[in-house]
Amino acid sequence: MAVERFVIEEGHIASFARSIGDANDVYYGPDAAAPPTFVQSSAQWDPDYFLRPKVGQPWFGSGKNPSGITRAPGGSGGGGGGGGGGTGLHAEQHYEYHRPLRVGDVLTATTKPGKTWEKEGRRAGKLIFSESVTEYRDQHGELVVTARGVGVRTEKPVEQ
Amino acid sequence: MGWNVGDTHEVTLVDDLKRTQIVQYAGASGDYNPLHTDEVFATKVAGYPTVFAHGMLTMGMTGRAITDLVGVESLAKFGGRFTSQVFPGDSLTAKVTVESVEDGLVNFTVSTTNQDGKEVFSGYAAAKA
Repeated sequence: MAVERFVIEEGHIASFARSIGDANDVYYGPDAAAPPTFVQSSAQWDPDYFLRPKVGQPWFGSGKNPSGITRAPGGSGGGGGGGGGGTGLHAEQHYEYHRPLRVGDVLTATTKPGKTWEKEGRRAGKLIFSESVTEYRDQHGELVVTARGVGVRTEKPVEQ
Repeated sequence: MGWNVGDTHEVTLVDDLKRTQIVQYAGASGDYNPLHTDEVFATKVAGYPTVFAHGMLTMGMTGRAITDLVGVESLAKFGGRFTSQVFPGDSLTAKVTVESVEDGLVNFTVSTTNQDGKEVFSGYAAAKA
């Protein structure tokens, strides 16, 4: 993932803060600060983000059928969490904050893949973990947030 | 502000999580994975009992328990693991514990549990003391 322009906007922060149930005044208004997990919403500014329906392209959520993309039975998952029983899930997330993020900042984000490893899970079959590290830099090239995420692809749905 | 190792701060993050809040988070974050908002897809294609919350919604809500204590501008680190799924109807509580104070930082452990006492997020945070 690379995001060339992640514009930190008042309305976006407000809608994000509402969605996490946070009414703290610091997140509302023209000088709002961004909540700790706000950079996750840079997905909105990633032209290729795979978990957003895109104009003119098929989408794997339900419509006439349970999935908008039909696959051969037993076919592998892929396509961002769809199909095949197993799914991609978020396993870990870590942030380091180098300075507070505020309305008016314009960031770039670059992501590098990290380690991958496998584990036999008790509740979801074979688990494949993969790590990625994203650096968010401001309009002056200064590092604002470093994010490390770990995703896991499960062989089957997680047993409850 | 004085920090005492072992001090705890407990916050109710959400009572009876609504599907609409999950939709709200999908819209704000830009993560439209239908696992979280599309009941038909989640049950018939992915094989889950119903939709479930984004891990990042749980982490986002958990962040409030920390920033209410230290203020978002003091935050230096925040992270953790998603240890169990969060479903509509769940009620979540976050517990923040002062772990240590060193080198100008106060370090916390953070644990978010559901109404059955099951941990759904296990993490840490650090802030300028």
